[in-house]
Amino acid sequence: MNWADLNLVPVMPEIFLISALSVILLLDLFISDAKRGITYGLSLLTLAGTAALQVYTFEPYAQYTLSNMFVADPLASLVKLAMYGATAMILVYSRQYAADRDMFKGEFFTLALFALFGMNVMVSASHFLSLYMGLELLSLSLYALIALQRDSVPATEAAMKYFVLGALASGLLLYGMSMVYGATGTLEIAAIAKSIHGGSANQLLLVFGLVFLVAGLAFKLGAVPFHMWIPDVYQGSPTAITLMIGAAPKLAAFVFIFRILVQGLDGLTGDWQSMLAIMAVLSMAIGNITAIAQTNLKRMLAYSTISHMGFLLLGLLAGNEQGYSSALFYAVTYVLTTLASFGVIMALSRAGFECDKLEDLKGLNSRNSWYAALMLLTMFSLAGIPPLVGFYAKFAVIKAIVDIGLVKLAVFAVAMSLIGAFYYLRVVKHMYFDEVQDTSPIVVRGDMQLVLSLNALALLVLGVLPERLIEICVEAMKQSLTVL
Amino acid sequence: MDMKSLYLLIALAPLAGSLIAGLFGWAIGRRASHVVTILGVAVSAVLSLKVLSGFISGQTEVFNGSVYTWLTVGGHEYAVGFLVDKLTAMMMVVVSCVSLMVHIYTIGYMQEDPGYQRFFSYISLFTFSMLMLVMSNNFIQLFFGWEAVGLVSYLLIGFWFKRPTATFANLKAFLVNRVGDFGFLLGIGLVLAHFGGSLNYNDVFAAAPALANKTIQIFPGVEWSLMTVTCILLFVGAMGKSAQFPLHVWLPDSMEGPTPISALIHAATMVTAGLFMVSRMSPLFEMSDTALNFVMISGTITALFMGFLGIVQNDIKKVVAYSTLSQLGYMTVALGASAYSAAMFHVMTHAFFKALLFLGAGSVIMGMHHDQDMRNMGGLRKYMPITWITSLIGSLALIGTPFFSGFYSKDSIIEAVAASHLPFAGVAYWALIIGVFVTAFYSFRMYFLVFHGKERWMENHGAHHGHDDDHDDEEPSTDHHHGLGPNDKPHESPWVVTLPLLALAIPSVLIGFFAIEPLLFGDFFKGAITIDALKHPGMHELAEEFHGPVAMAVHALSTLPFWLALSGVVVAWFFYLKAPQIPAAIKQQFSAVHKVLENKYYLDDLYFNLFAKGARALGTLFWKVGDMLLIDGLMVNGTAKLVGVFSRLTRKLQTGFIYSYATTMIIGVLGLMTLWFAGIILR
Amino acid sequence: MLTLTHFLVLAAILFAISVLGIFLNRKNVIVLLMAIELMLLAVNFNFIAFSHYLSDTAGQIFVFFILTVAAAESAIGLAILVVLFRNLQTINVEDLGSLKG
Repeated sequence: MNWADLNLVPVMPEIFLISALSVILLLDLFISDAKRGITYGLSLLTLAGTAALQVYTFEPYAQYTLSNMFVADPLASLVKLAMYGATAMILVYSRQYAADRDMFKGEFFTLALFALFGMNVMVSASHFLSLYMGLELLSLSLYALIALQRDSVPATEAAMKYFVLGALASGLLLYGMSMVYGATGTLEIAAIAKSIHGGSANQLLLVFGLVFLVAGLAFKLGAVPFHMWIPDVYQGSPTAITLMIGAAPKLAAFVFIFRILVQGLDGLTGDWQSMLAIMAVLSMAIGNITAIAQTNLKRMLAYSTISHMGFLLLGLLAGNEQGYSSALFYAVTYVLTTLASFGVIMALSRAGFECDKLEDLKGLNSRNSWYAALMLLTMFSLAGIPPLVGFYAKFAVIKAIVDIGLVKLAVFAVAMSLIGAFYYLRVVKHMYFDEVQDTSPIVVRGDMQLVLSLNALALLVLGVLPERLIEICVEAMKQSLTVL
Repeated sequence: MDMKSLYLLIALAPLAGSLIAGLFGWAIGRRASHVVTILGVAVSAVLSLKVLSGFISGQTEVFNGSVYTWLTVGGHEYAVGFLVDKLTAMMMVVVSCVSLMVHIYTIGYMQEDPGYQRFFSYISLFTFSMLMLVMSNNFIQLFFGWEAVGLVSYLLIGFWFKRPTATFANLKAFLVNRVGDFGFLLGIGLVLAHFGGSLNYNDVFAAAPALANKTIQIFPGVEWSLMTVTCILLFVGAMGKSAQFPLHVWLPDSMEGPTPISALIHAATMVTAGLFMVSRMSPLFEMSDTALNFVMISGTITALFMGFLGIVQNDIKKVVAYSTLSQLGYMTVALGASAYSAAMFHVMTHAFFKALLFLGAGSVIMGMHHDQDMRNMGGLRKYMPITWITSLIGSLALIGTPFFSGFYSKDSIIEAVAASHLPFAGVAYWALIIGVFVTAFYSFRMYFLVFHGKERWMENHGAHHGHDDDHDDEEPSTDHHHGLGPNDKPHESPWVVTLPLLALAIPSVLIGFFAIEPLLFGDFFKGAITIDALKHPGMHELAEEFHGPVAMAVHALSTLPFWLALSGVVVAWFFYLKAPQIPAAIKQQFSAVHKVLENKYYLDDLYFNLFAKGARALGTLFWKVGDMLLIDGLMVNGTAKLVGVFSRLTRKLQTGFIYSYATTMIIGVLGLMTLWFAGIILR
Repeated sequence: MLTLTHFLVLAAILFAISVLGIFLNRKNVIVLLMAIELMLLAVNFNFIAFSHYLSDTAGQIFVFFILTVAAAESAIGLAILVVLFRNLQTINVEDLGSLKG
């Protein structure tokens, strides 16, 4: 390897992130609990700096570096920026929440940033090794984050379940990787694609490996039947951590799948398309139907996540640029909506009280009409009611699969989202038409109030003016696909 | 600044004001709310004037283009676009200027109302919607503006939503407008289906000539001309919005809203949207004489019969409301006679003088402490001099006194109808001529009752307390103090109220004189309005006879309409100042006729009993059998129950044990693998 | 002579044993951790076998990384286990079922 050829510019954001992270890790040792706000501020600064570098080093084409293990393309840049934003918002939302639960510690921030770093690696990996390393860095950080609340029984149970199932999924993924390696003789995404197109790969090994890969990937998204961890982990984790699992990692998982299936194994599109179709159908059905019977708000949102991942898979399985960009749009807007919904839950929670039951929302409108309105926006967006952005996301995905002729699948998706509308609207009913049960005042920090309001209003604004974001998604996808 | 951003600014400035006042009104307070909304509308007004003057001096080009592509579905592009030509520019000026006056006026009128900020937010939103409507270059945006102004109108009629009569009135307006919108939407649907698949005006107009003789089958075996059906359906929309017979019933009730909006929405601007739309669609309407006849019949009935109703009203606002209906009828007749320019000319002059009359009426109402009954007024000219003078000017303009603006536009309409060759034009002509007398009579009846004669607020107070007759739906809300106290005297309104009156009085007098020549006989509307000169030569014949505004006014002195108007004034003077016992005697003598008029030809009762109650009965039937039994019972609840059962089942799958989760995953992997191998074998 | 297939079958058997270990074991959580280790070893077998028969060292290097990650994973797994035991006073898999439905 020739060091002179080493181009570190595309990796600058990651280098900055990991350096700043190490500094925070060390500095935090010398900060007393009372001054933990410093760590918080530094973390936000780190995110801002990383985002600035990300914008600064942006090039509208794919740049490979670190011996082709790392790729910086517009798709990666877009998704990374979204993840920085999501992480920053989570930190703002969690500040009071974490402080109330004795979680406002250095580990909270450093682990969150490590998870972010892992996601960055996942998003920019162009080699099985870097993909795996990124994935594990993310997963290990999340396991630890869930168990951060050490004396909470549900949290530790959730951590254990997530750990065991996550390790199983990693095992499946690795097994699949090893098969693909055996079939193609390389670990590099681009070389794998070339080998498959050249016809030199062993088909049997390849598809055997594909099944395991798809299983491991589906676990990360939480598609049925690899979804079992989602409800338990969402419910058991402290809400701040639920949000860390439920927001940015979905974006990372989406790009992860995109890199492996679309960029690496696009010679097998026909094979993975049908697998994704089955999982999409099952996810939409089981997610929406099971959500109806839930009484726990977080658990209900977990099942809703499963159904939304079904929609995301629909976009992916369309197998063309339109489908991928609609799935990307779906992922970005879904993350934004999730942030808002869990943000409101955190805003309504207080020391010693988790606002995680459906009945905790009863009469919210008469307690605080602004938060009721914000929750209303997020619920409508999740249900896909125009003019909120959720409608556009669903619309784009369904259009993509109708365009490739899968009309029955589209009809099924619409029917399932109708069933889904029921439990979202039930939340609205609770907030607006039921009697108040809990009358304690809602106290929210000013910065969180502002960010949360902007977050929820963005759902409306993007729903009315979606054109720009759609354009960006299409453009990023176009650039990433021309690499092939 | 390029024209695109200029037009965007014109449309969006009121929206910005509306959003600020609406969302943050509670925080920024009353003063800031009206400042910000007035500022937004003022920006629109100034820029609109600039655009119009640009058109007049020939510096501004017609603008037609997309501003923002909203979405693309199946090859159809839905864009926000502007078409700004002289027709649009004129409407923009009328809308923004009248709106500005009304905004200022509102400061005084709504001073004590708790919903101050909300009101300002609504009227600014209205201005935005109306501008979007007139500036649109496609049907979708037209429909958006159409519905948006309808929405604001609905909100404002029910502004005092605690009054049951206000909510009844806004529900009525809403429902009647739905009937119109249904037709309108069907019309747009036909346009989309048959006119080349585009909803852009220019594309549609370009496609129209080829379709002149096309017929469609709506019921099997009956061939109808496509153009006629499309135009009539579009006009049904206009009938709803512009309150033409038989969809006029909502407009008088809409007076439940605060007076400023009666002036802005229900007299000057929104109700003319239908007329504007028909003028815009003139290339289509010109191709169908049947549709034009239909338009003319509807307008004639409205013009004459709604005028009669104005005579028997005692509520000052209702008189002006029926006068508005009748004048809208005049404009519609003009459209039917292919005199689109005359109709738009009357729209403009009417906007100014009718807004003036409404605001004057509002000023009177304020002076009377929210008493609207004319029988309790009288002799107000001493106490409210500015209101008196400006109302006189408005009335003179309305009845068509030579040299006043209303004279030019109204006389042009009458002449145009006389020159029309449509079969119904003869009847329409005489109806309009009679209408002139009626207009003069009810206008000056109101004028004399309010401003002259005995001061009656002392005697009638107490026992009557305002409204005493069968107009008990006028019963005001309790949160508004109402009527003069025993020792009160009427007082002139503050300057924020009188200033708009004066500002509106000027165009009410002058604008007709200066605008008639370019608007009607020049080429001002060239390109914007199309007239088939061979089939409908009326306007051209008129142009040949026209020798300048002064000659027209002098000539009018020897024509029938002038003397009819004069006699209307004289009769009103004689009846209500000289010999007040006569009207009472007539009322006695012709009690049957009076009753019919008082009950508005029983149309409201008919609609209420036939459609409202009938629909309710039908609805109840469907509800009981269809909804409760079939849909709710079997389908919805059945489905819900089924889903619920499934839900509880799938829930059981989530056992909570790690090993069963792992099993599920492994089964998933095996399932996918089996699927693939099965696929291989099948292949 | 040992062929690639022999190694692959051995790895597959190891993998199957570890998977069975995860879902047949209803007693001890530590066994789960062991099964996970075994699964990673099975994967390592695959990589090394392929690497050898393809004469490509990348596979073997991957194995180093997997081993390292496996160590980190065990550490976190055991840490969670300790916390869990402190809370529940048990590490029985069947007692881990309060979150369900």
